[in-house]
Amino acid sequence: MIDFLPPALILLLGALLIGPTRGALRTAVVLITPLLTLAAVWQVPDGVSLTLQFLQYPIEPIEGSPVRRLFATIFALMAFGGGLYAYRQARWFELAAAYAYAAGAIGVCFAGDLISLFLFWELMALFSTVVVWCGGTPGARAAGIRYAVMHLLGGVILKVGIEGVMVHTGSIEVRPMLADSFDHWMILVGILINAAAPPLSAWLSDAYPRSSPTGSVFLSAFTTKTAVLALILLFPGEPVLIGIGLFMVMYGIIYALLENDIRRILAFSIVNQVGFMVCAIGIGTQMAINGASAHAFAHIIYKALLFMSAGVVVYRTGKNRCSDVGGLFRTMPLTAVCGIIGALAISGFPLTSGFTTKTMISQAAANEGLVWVYFLLAAASAGVFLHAGIKFPWFVFFQRDSGLRPKDAPWNMAVAMVFFSVLCILFGVAPQLLYAYLPYPVEYEAYTASKVVFYLQLLLFSGLAFFLLLPLMKRTETISLDMDWLWRVAMPHSANWLQGLLTGLWQALNARLSQLGRYLSRRGRHYFGSQSEGGRQIHGVFARAWPIGTTALWIALLLTVYVFFYYLA
Amino acid sequence: MKSSNDRNKPMNSGSDDAWLARPSTIRLLWWVFAVVLAVSVAVQLMFKVKGYFGVDGWLGFGAVYGFLACLAMVLFARLLGWFLKRNEDYYQERDRD
Repeated sequence: MIDFLPPALILLLGALLIGPTRGALRTAVVLITPLLTLAAVWQVPDGVSLTLQFLQYPIEPIEGSPVRRLFATIFALMAFGGGLYAYRQARWFELAAAYAYAAGAIGVCFAGDLISLFLFWELMALFSTVVVWCGGTPGARAAGIRYAVMHLLGGVILKVGIEGVMVHTGSIEVRPMLADSFDHWMILVGILINAAAPPLSAWLSDAYPRSSPTGSVFLSAFTTKTAVLALILLFPGEPVLIGIGLFMVMYGIIYALLENDIRRILAFSIVNQVGFMVCAIGIGTQMAINGASAHAFAHIIYKALLFMSAGVVVYRTGKNRCSDVGGLFRTMPLTAVCGIIGALAISGFPLTSGFTTKTMISQAAANEGLVWVYFLLAAASAGVFLHAGIKFPWFVFFQRDSGLRPKDAPWNMAVAMVFFSVLCILFGVAPQLLYAYLPYPVEYEAYTASKVVFYLQLLLFSGLAFFLLLPLMKRTETISLDMDWLWRVAMPHSANWLQGLLTGLWQALNARLSQLGRYLSRRGRHYFGSQSEGGRQIHGVFARAWPIGTTALWIALLLTVYVFFYYLA
Repeated sequence: MKSSNDRNKPMNSGSDDAWLARPSTIRLLWWVFAVVLAVSVAVQLMFKVKGYFGVDGWLGFGAVYGFLACLAMVLFARLLGWFLKRNEDYYQERDRD
């Protein structure tokens, strides 16, 4: 048995207690359970701590390792930061759903077998859908349903893969594999759907911006990063991930550049950032896996910070579009500064956590001699500064004066933002604090003159490009079509068309059938029916009253024939 | 650069007293930015950038590469925008059908 409480269970209990408690007690539950969870995360020893039996399979719901603890730590920290940010503004059921969602994510972190991994995976799908629905608008409801369908589909695909592995190997252990069989491919696809990999990535940019300003902070952290952890545990060094990651990186940038919705810009940049991690997992060396883990850790903090900053803007102004805001730095200086810190961190500016983690991935690509990967990642780093690093703060806080003079963040939101801003800078100036907890020993120096100069040039000249190309980036009040067009427009239209075709065919068939029916009924009347005509009954051939003698004659005839054949035989 | 400067001006520039939004501040910021850009390249003369693949060690490679990469991405996004951009109520209209 184990001598500590499972971390996921603590957070789940917290989620259950949020509903029945009130006032200060609820605040205590919201703020203390993530910290208790964090303490429990650090109690989990390496290796399997608990084994249960289910249908002859050993279930290992708690297995510790450095990378698992690292992800669980950041998820618990995220739950705390998100809880602090949201507890005075969000409704209780949103908080409860968000905590249950976070509990699912932490459960996945420690799942030692595929069955418990799947169960926690579905817990996340379930409660993240509730968080999306808490957006409360008809758009949020519709997007939530699309989100749920996509994640349930992903869950089914994952389950098919897990069943296959169970049947074919007899083992349900979480262990590294390659995409070399149908079962493994199904598992990979199931995970990649949660990582928002192409072609099924549209759920993210569809659902996240429609949640409430507080809900999107939670949503930004868990689903995609648990998928990253699952890829680290199950598919390290799978080459196909390099290509998928690079595509995600570029997709995120291009779509974010086209976007007008503030939070959707950030949603696309999640896909972009997760692309860096997926690519690193594909490279698969110790340096790359360290890079992916460190980047995931740093990313959760600065992306949540960006969503917090955007959330305050949406909360205070009620406006979601870049074209409706601008010049907000005048009355929201703290939100602007925190947003800018998050933006610098995501861009990987020196002295921020993005620099000390993302460059590790580029270094891993360089060490393996992957020229294309290295240069595409460098271009993408420039692109991140372009689409998130400058575009987000510029259009929201500067640009033109929209005339809006909203108040700055409520105090709890402000404290949460400052907390995460400090972390962004802390892991930027003292990366050893993070490096010490990475899965492999770190032999990497982020702050070499060479790297700092190269990235400063790259980023500063991207900034120049942004301001020179501003006329080309004029905000338009539009959305961009994505792959979800296929199931939101093309599929219903095809279904309508098919329905029209089938209806036409059915009508034609019906017409023929009723013609046949009319003919048969005419003939039937002729033979069997009777009708009155001029006061006289006219009977059909078989409906007439024939004289009894005729019948007797026919019977006699038949008997004669019978007797004749009887004697003949 | 001129158009960017114009954009920086608030719509009611006359009455705006925010220091950051004043045209004089923006001019100053552009000068500071230009100096920073120049320094970021010049500093490469002192600290050699270790190129992993040859070209990335050249003087000002990061600057040129970053600028061109952004240019390419913005132009590509604009090109795709012609095909992908739709009115905001595009899906709602379909929902109502």
